Amino acid sequence: MARSARRAARWWTARAVAAVAAIALTACATRQETVVLLPEKDGHDAAVVVRQGDTQSVLDKPYAAAQVDRAGTRTYVASPAEVDRLFGPALAAQPARPARFTLYFVEGTDRLTEESARMFDSVLAEIARNAVPDIVVVGHTDRVGSDAANDVLARQRAEAVRAALLQRGIAADSVAAEGRGEREPLVPTADGVAEPRNRRVEIVVR
Amino acid sequence: MRIRRTSYATVRAVAAACALALVATAAAEDIGQVKVARGTVTIERAGTQLPGNAGMRLKRADVVTTGVDGSVGITMSDNSLVSAGPNSTIALDRYEFDPTTHQGRFDATLRKGSLAVVSGRIAKQSPDAMTVRTPAAVLGVRGTEFVVHVDGP
Repeated sequence: MARSARRAARWWTARAVAAVAAIALTACATRQETVVLLPEKDGHDAAVVVRQGDTQSVLDKPYAAAQVDRAGTRTYVASPAEVDRLFGPALAAQPARPARFTLYFVEGTDRLTEESARMFDSVLAEIARNAVPDIVVVGHTDRVGSDAANDVLARQRAEAVRAALLQRGIAADSVAAEGRGEREPLVPTADGVAEPRNRRVEIVVR
Repeated sequence: MRIRRTSYATVRAVAAACALALVATAAAEDIGQVKVARGTVTIERAGTQLPGNAGMRLKRADVVTTGVDGSVGITMSDNSLVSAGPNSTIALDRYEFDPTTHQGRFDATLRKGSLAVVSGRIAKQSPDAMTVRTPAAVLGVRGTEFVVHVDGP
């Protein structure tokens, strides 16, 4: 009795395994993948390389597309309507692109120039548009003064802008401040040269 | 002699502890943030299922899944934008990014569903540094905007 029950159990297990394998094979056989390169907003050299085993297809034109399944890779040109049908919800969920601002400082200080102080409100407006803003403030200096002093000043500039944001109600844990000293000038100069365009913070709101 | 050997062992133990601490710090680092979450969005982290809400910070090896009514939008720390439509599963397998040099590595897998990508600084700095895997293919990302769909079983 026990033996026949075990045999029956084995038989059913074998049937179940075969059925699952058949379903899995069907799924693999019919599974299809689609890749489409979208038009570039800022006109850089864009491309996606599709590798399947040893074959490689390069998509490097707007709407260049590849269909990949077990039989291989087929390239074609997709239509905006097809992209919309397959990817409408994914594209609709795309986060806003990071916004960048540069604010300038009075020489040797962490005080904004008058013009940049007026721009501060547009930074706040951009932050307000973002439901969960993540803000990075990076301070820079020109090449007047020592490296060490400029590291301190760059950091002070970033911290001053961070403090001003917090004072206007931005949550402390959403703003990071860091300094790069004179290492990343906007306008390259010789050491010791005063350059107003390098006395700045760069703010990314994302 | 004995003293020297002991101190050598101590130095090695301290060095090992520091290395471990560094690894632990790197693993816990935020790699991105959920910006948009609609319908059902789930984050699988170290075997636990967490609800994916807007504002949530993501960690390396997180797996993001959307339900039949779901979609999700994520901004990575290198400014890559990754978003998915309904019935999708994306694994953030590997992510490293140095914000100073912009060097890094970003490997994600789309197991099923639909994915839209705008690549960020990692792919811009070195063209072979970002890949998206699917069940049948590996996509090398040179830039910048593309979409991938995998028919789900």
